[in-house]
Amino acid sequence: MATYAKASPSRAQSGAKAARVARPYMHPYLAGTLLGVVLFLAFFITGNGLGASGGMNRILVVFEDALLPAHIDRTPYLISMAGGDRNPLESWVVFVTFGTVIGGFASGWFNGRLKFETVRGPRTPVKLRWVMAFVGGAFMGYGARLARGCTSGQALSGGAVLSVGSWAFMFAVFAGAYALAYFVRKLWN
Amino acid sequence: MTFPLPLESLLGQWGAYGVYLLIGIAFGAVLEMAGFAVSTKLAAQFYFKDMTVLKVMFTGIVVAMLLVFLATGLGLLDYNLVYVNPTYLWPGILGGLIMGVGFILGGFCPGTSLVAAATLKLDGILFALGAFFGIFLFGETVGFYEPFWNSSYMGRFTLMELFNSETGVIVVAVVLMALAAFALSEVAERVIGKQGKAIRPRWRYGLAGGAVALSVAVAFIGQPSNADRWNMLEAEKQPLLDARAVYVHPAEMLTWMNDPKIVNILVDVRSEAEYNLFHIRDARHVPYAELDAVVEEFNALPDNALVFVMSSDEVQATQAWKYLIAEGVVNVYILEGGVNNWITLYGEGAFAALPTPAADALAYAIPIAYGASHPAASPHADRFLFDFEKKVVLTLKRGPASGGCG
Repeated sequence: MATYAKASPSRAQSGAKAARVARPYMHPYLAGTLLGVVLFLAFFITGNGLGASGGMNRILVVFEDALLPAHIDRTPYLISMAGGDRNPLESWVVFVTFGTVIGGFASGWFNGRLKFETVRGPRTPVKLRWVMAFVGGAFMGYGARLARGCTSGQALSGGAVLSVGSWAFMFAVFAGAYALAYFVRKLWN
Repeated sequence: MTFPLPLESLLGQWGAYGVYLLIGIAFGAVLEMAGFAVSTKLAAQFYFKDMTVLKVMFTGIVVAMLLVFLATGLGLLDYNLVYVNPTYLWPGILGGLIMGVGFILGGFCPGTSLVAAATLKLDGILFALGAFFGIFLFGETVGFYEPFWNSSYMGRFTLMELFNSETGVIVVAVVLMALAAFALSEVAERVIGKQGKAIRPRWRYGLAGGAVALSVAVAFIGQPSNADRWNMLEAEKQPLLDARAVYVHPAEMLTWMNDPKIVNILVDVRSEAEYNLFHIRDARHVPYAELDAVVEEFNALPDNALVFVMSSDEVQATQAWKYLIAEGVVNVYILEGGVNNWITLYGEGAFAALPTPAADALAYAIPIAYGASHPAASPHADRFLFDFEKKVVLTLKRGPASGGCG
């Protein structure tokens, strides 16, 4: 089980040696407060919240557009992103998405948590974990676009500015996961 | 109400993207620091062992909500220009349920999988690839059930409207609900997760107390009314009226009406009777009292849109202009001299002028209800040549252009 950092930062670790020791995670309430401040700043400065699946969608469409431009121009859902001369990367959410990857990497680096590994339940074989990760990802990706946003763009952002749809969505995500959790308990426990 | 900033006007397109990149970096770093790159930690949420997901998410929502509504209450931030995810109820709920399934099978959500992939977790990389595949499938299949995907649309629909209550009340209620959820989570972590005291430090009471105090402050400050909003802007905007910089000559308005590159919205705020007797082609009847219903629509107009408000003369139109400007609408202008002036210039003497018209009321005797069917409602621009001073200057909007997960 993970341990948590104390409220006050512990003694400063220095040098390359310290970087290899994975530091403990931030306390959830502190991390949540920081997350809230970042989300607020996003709204305050830009008027937009955060997002992830929209950016992933547009990055995917770049490849689709390179391979099958005519198909894009025939599919209404994709036209709005890459129809004709449109560049699917010209959207704020793409840059938030790139930033998320960079920020995650940087934080992992500074905290000594960059490590090639497969995180899995104690009784789950690596290959099964990989398959389930891909299948789960596919469900997530599909559902996120159906719901017009993922946990970041709908639940977090819409929740903070009190959108009815976002709150209904948030409860649905938790309901879906809790409903299935019992049946796949061996994956995680 | 200087915020949100007009990023593209200030920094250019790439400068704005740079800001979004920085926001993304902060977001990714926070997710990683919370431990969201580790799938087992996320999944433990659903066995009540480690409630980090719920705690971080709800704390984030509560903190952001408190700061947003404090900023709007103090008049720093314009809530009208903040992107509020539109509600498509049933597609949202179905999508949410599907995502819940993906969450418990795969152990991530899209944002956290990116962070996991960035910290070299192989399961995170595979999850992200799976998410790309799911997104691809959606793009290919949504065409088969598009009516459902676009169903139960309720627009910008907030909890304040749902419960018909003040913003402050909702903010306090959300904070109390979150604290209750945290208390239950901690019980679960202690009993089911067998977690020690270390994750329940004393300072969290201070944080909770601060959140409650701040929510009460938000409720006490309240949100600005339209009059409050105008008062904040008066010093900046009243000079435009005084210099008549926003009163547009009818011939200029006609020029814009004939410009296919411009989305023209003509707003006629006169009484229904006057509107029925005569109105300009494509003018919409929106009495002053109903302007609040169009604010959301006007704030969502594209950058190449112009809004012209008009009354019989200029008094009511000027009030309507103030109302819309205060609500954050841009590119709003007033028809100079109102509909009366329009009839004077384009009526070609079809209607007799009334000897003593009332102030800001129809100044012509119109015998039957023409609506927009009279030739003067859509005059041919080439047949009438007037000298006028050009007033319209298109400005870029502030706030979100596309919004959401775009």
